Amino acid sequence: MIRIENVSLRHGSAEILHDISLTIPKGGITALIGPNGAGKSSLLSLIARLQPLQSGTISIDGFPVDTTPNRDLARIIAILRQDSIVASRLRVRELVGFSRFPHSRGRLTAEDRVVIDQSLQQFDLADLADRFIDTLSGGQRQRALVAMAFAQATDYLLLDEPLNNLDMYFARDLMRSLRRIADENGKTVVIVLHDINQAGAYADRIIAMKAGRIAADGSPAELLRPEILQAIFGFRMEVADMGGTPVVLHFR
Amino acid sequence: MSTAAVKQSPLTGWIAGLVLAILFVLSLFTGVDELPFGRVLSDGRGIELVLVSRLPRTLAAILAGASLAIAGLIMQTLARNRYVEPSTAGTAQSAELGILLVTLLWPAANLLTKGLIASAAALIGTSLFLATAHRLPPTQPFLVPLFGLVYGGVIGAAVTFVAWQADLLQYLSIWTNGDFSGVLRGRYELLWLGALMVVFAWFIADRLTIMTLGRDASIGLGIDYRRMLQLGLVIVSVISALSVVIVGVIPFVGLVVPNIVSRLMGDNLRGTLPAVAASGAVLVLGCDILGRLIRHPYEVPVGTVMGCVGGLIFLWLLFRRPSDV
Ligand SMILES: Nc1ncnc2c1ncn2[C@@H]1O[C@H](COP(=O)(O)OP(=O)(O)O)[C@@H](O)[C@H]1O
Ligand SMILES: [Mg+2]
Repeated sequence: MIRIENVSLRHGSAEILHDISLTIPKGGITALIGPNGAGKSSLLSLIARLQPLQSGTISIDGFPVDTTPNRDLARIIAILRQDSIVASRLRVRELVGFSRFPHSRGRLTAEDRVVIDQSLQQFDLADLADRFIDTLSGGQRQRALVAMAFAQATDYLLLDEPLNNLDMYFARDLMRSLRRIADENGKTVVIVLHDINQAGAYADRIIAMKAGRIAADGSPAELLRPEILQAIFGFRMEVADMGGTPVVLHFR
Repeated sequence: MSTAAVKQSPLTGWIAGLVLAILFVLSLFTGVDELPFGRVLSDGRGIELVLVSRLPRTLAAILAGASLAIAGLIMQTLARNRYVEPSTAGTAQSAELGILLVTLLWPAANLLTKGLIASAAALIGTSLFLATAHRLPPTQPFLVPLFGLVYGGVIGAAVTFVAWQADLLQYLSIWTNGDFSGVLRGRYELLWLGALMVVFAWFIADRLTIMTLGRDASIGLGIDYRRMLQLGLVIVSVISALSVVIVGVIPFVGLVVPNIVSRLMGDNLRGTLPAVAASGAVLVLGCDILGRLIRHPYEVPVGTVMGCVGGLIFLWLLFRRPSDV
């Protein structure tokens, strides 16, 4: 369980997050949505201890993120940042392999290799495994980064806009993979999505943020309604029902 | 991580190792005094010459070359920029300032003391460089080496000014232009400390590679990013300072060698570190031998030879795009 209590964040005079309290139970997919600048990435990076907590507390499975040793947390939680850039010339397999560092500290075990291979298979990277990252397309690189986060094999997975650069095939593929690890392995996924229809189709719960606050929180059916979406995004959109799945016609 | 890199490292590594062995032998028989192969064993004076001068000189070139190439590699890892190296970003200049101050304030200090104080000065200078470099916008990668040049230039100017004031200018060139001709038994052994740093770097190679992925990715993988930065800084500073104290500044090794190896083998340091070290040794020893041959029986200092050779290699690197696999 991720427990967030009274978390606020300021950069200079700007208040980025206002007194956020939130509990994300273990298991399932939670989607974070909201306009640009709402504070989604900031919240994720606080949970993943990438920036120091200014006020409030965050704990994961009871471990406070600000006092638990970094390497212990690395076995519990993995994060893929929104704007990850890999400037080093590493092969895909090497990059994915480094995600095992928290477990084996550099000496790959047989189990590590199995996990790495599975992750490469899962994201259709087996053919690209020996290519250097800097020779891949944007979408292939994004898949390699997602595969890396997967192979870290933590109970909690934080993904900040992982669908960026992915084509429809791989976007759907990634969401189905997330659904599978949530259902079969009991993983907890927190994912920032801009495509609210992906959120509607795959998430168990949607949390909408706006201007540093939580604007709405509920199941897809509760949340994807014209009036709520208008309050969050500032324009009116129709919502259709496709056999139980709400589909937001945000493009019209 | 020792998966793919190890598979293709033998080739580059072995070639560099073989060339190094050939140069090693060549270096023992190249110099002002004629020393034909046959005379080494038959003539006591020949053995003496090898043990007192030629072997120390050869080892010094190998140690300095290998460790400077590694220092450059680590500096590039810490700065997350491929175009910085200790001799152009204030590390070497800070070390010079340190030695100059010891020479002024405590002329009787031994080499070890000088080396330690130079290392401390290099550490301070490099930390300041890195703190600033990390604040520069990552979207403009050439700002970092540019800032390094200016920063190193300012410290270098301070060094010259102090030396001029203290009437020590003639000493200065001992440190600012690398030269192995003065290396004798008993005067170079501190360079083994640099080799120790290389071994240490090999132990933390995985962590260093992860650091090239950036601060957030490193923390996400459970690495103590700040401590690793500090460790890296110590390695870079000690290696650079020791080689400045013992032989003087040798430019470009730390810049061109890691870049060439990266293009050939990638950036997985566990696999590339040995090749970087071996290639650095080849380049420096090769340039030193060249310096002994060009105007035989006179010598051209290795710093000068490397300035030309390294500069040319660097230009070639800039104009030739990396080959894709
Ligand atoms: N390092 C920073 N310094 C100042 N402001 C920042 C910094 N990081 C983020 N912000 C601001 O915080 C707000 C929230 O950003 P972010 O969490 O990235 O939003 P989102 O991911 O929802 O688009 C934005 O207004 C952004 O400008
Ligand atoms: Mg964001």
